[in-house]
Amino acid sequence: MTKTLLSIRGVAKAYQGRTVLDALDLDILDGEFLTLLGPSGCGKTTLLRLLGGFEQPDQGEITLAGESITALPPERRPLNTVFQHYALFPHMTVFDNVAYGLRMEKRPRDEIRQRVTEVLTLVQLQDFATRKPHQLSGGQQQRVAIARAVVKRPRLLLLDEPLSALDYKLRRSMQIELKRLQRELGIAFVFVTHDQEEALSMSDRVVVLKDGVIQQMGTPRELYERPANLFTARFIGEANLFPGRVTGLEAHHLMVEVLGLPRRLRRPAFAVSAGDAIQVLLRPEDIRVLEPSRDAGIPGVVIERNYKGSTLDSLIELESGQQVLASEFFDEDDPTFDYSLGERVRVSWVDGWEWVLPDDGKPVPEEGA
Amino acid sequence: MTRWLPRTYLALVYLLLYIPILVLVVFSFNDARTAYRWGGFSLRWYEALFNNQAMVQAMWNSLWLALAAATVSTLIGALTALALHRYRFRGKPMLQGMLFVVMMSPEIVLAVSLLALFLMVGLQLGFVSLLLAHVTFCLPFVVITVSARLRGFDNRLLEAARDLGASEFTVVRTVLVPVIMPALLAGWLLGFTLSLDDVVVSTFVSGPSYEILPLRIYSMVRVGLRPEVNALGTLLLVFSLTMLLLSQWILMRSNR
Repeated sequence: MTKTLLSIRGVAKAYQGRTVLDALDLDILDGEFLTLLGPSGCGKTTLLRLLGGFEQPDQGEITLAGESITALPPERRPLNTVFQHYALFPHMTVFDNVAYGLRMEKRPRDEIRQRVTEVLTLVQLQDFATRKPHQLSGGQQQRVAIARAVVKRPRLLLLDEPLSALDYKLRRSMQIELKRLQRELGIAFVFVTHDQEEALSMSDRVVVLKDGVIQQMGTPRELYERPANLFTARFIGEANLFPGRVTGLEAHHLMVEVLGLPRRLRRPAFAVSAGDAIQVLLRPEDIRVLEPSRDAGIPGVVIERNYKGSTLDSLIELESGQQVLASEFFDEDDPTFDYSLGERVRVSWVDGWEWVLPDDGKPVPEEGA
Repeated sequence: MTRWLPRTYLALVYLLLYIPILVLVVFSFNDARTAYRWGGFSLRWYEALFNNQAMVQAMWNSLWLALAAATVSTLIGALTALALHRYRFRGKPMLQGMLFVVMMSPEIVLAVSLLALFLMVGLQLGFVSLLLAHVTFCLPFVVITVSARLRGFDNRLLEAARDLGASEFTVVRTVLVPVIMPALLAGWLLGFTLSLDDVVVSTFVSGPSYEILPLRIYSMVRVGLRPEVNALGTLLLVFSLTMLLLSQWILMRSNR
């Protein structure tokens, strides 16, 4: 399971002088579910197209199980792609679509029939074999596209934002189905998405890309709890970032002044010295909202409340003008727990739940950008 | 009044358009010898038509020519449309514009210039000169029909086929051609009908060795209107309408 299946070394690609991928190194392990995550234009789709053989890298090498496939055309690479808008052949039935790859391999008739039926059963479309693609719903077309790719038994399946055209509910159920398929097939999936929620819930490992450079690579938990930089922190999940300044150093701790409060935090992995600007990351569920009469924390005013069913999300504006997002679970003992707009509260957190990041000096991007 | 006025107007327009055709069809079944008086139903002019050896020969010649011209222009036109769709090259807008020039320019200009060209290179006027001329004026129609289909073509289908193991040639054979087939057929039919009823260009570039139907009719009419021409006109009308409906049906069935 932990064997490297595909490795990308120093791959670079530019279009008309604009660098899309910059000397990228990446190893994909056998059987893993790897997600390439990033905002649009980050190079994730280009990377996928390089793997599929639809583009040639300007530099660098791609090897599959030790053999270079950099110069191989798509039809000679033992990996298959699920395209963004499925790209099903409109003039063929579902059966013929799925059989296409096997016919190209000149497999015997009986074997084709058997393997296609098998894989159609796997995606629960055995009763739709004689339909044409336009007679299927979006979710069904999606499953045909997956069946068509996996029937070739590739070493690696490439998926280019395969769920982006589906509505929310269908997307959720397809996420579960994809995970199930990946477990049953036991092949590596490389999944491209810009949806961080999707990336976190499906992947074994996530690669965060921005401007053609890998920002961070790790398990969903690592990315969420221990982001490597401010970009990842902001891109994955909701983030409250409090600017602070280092006032003193100890062996394992850091004396920090954050929002005007002196705090003793765990010392981060990166090099710090006294006087450095840092950012303290706190996820909404790590925020504690206290009564205004308490003297801990920082005073603020509730400016928005959002009932989410299992949690109550509130937006609190501090006196400094900074807004803090807090997400609290409902308490069984206090069913009427709620805030009113304009209510005065104090905001705090439990020491040790924070994550310290170096301040890269870049301005906070606009919400939703 | 406001209601029946537009309707009457419309009826008049259509009447004016279709009365001549209707008269032609009705009188093709006229038993009388003079073409202006009804003398009872008869198929004698159809009979006379098929007994006219020169006429039947001209009909076959025309069909042959239309078949060849439609096929050749579909082949060249489809490849041109593909090149225009797939590649960016120097002079592409000019090439596209020139196709429209051929389509829009008066037929007589095309006819004269083609004749001049054929005389200059010393080509004997006959089947070959007719074929070259017909291919020339059919070509833009095929290119436009096929281009319209290609605009809606998802290029990822080609990538998907490559991804599944098809070589470039196999992709064209198993994916590209089947998907654009309706446009190829429609373009072919269009070329076929255009070639079949062309008079102007054909008058200039045909020779005595190869007489075609429209020219034969034209020469017949010049010496006086004969009822056989009505019968022939009716047959041609039915044939053209069938072709037109066929091509529309093919296009509609594929444009889901």
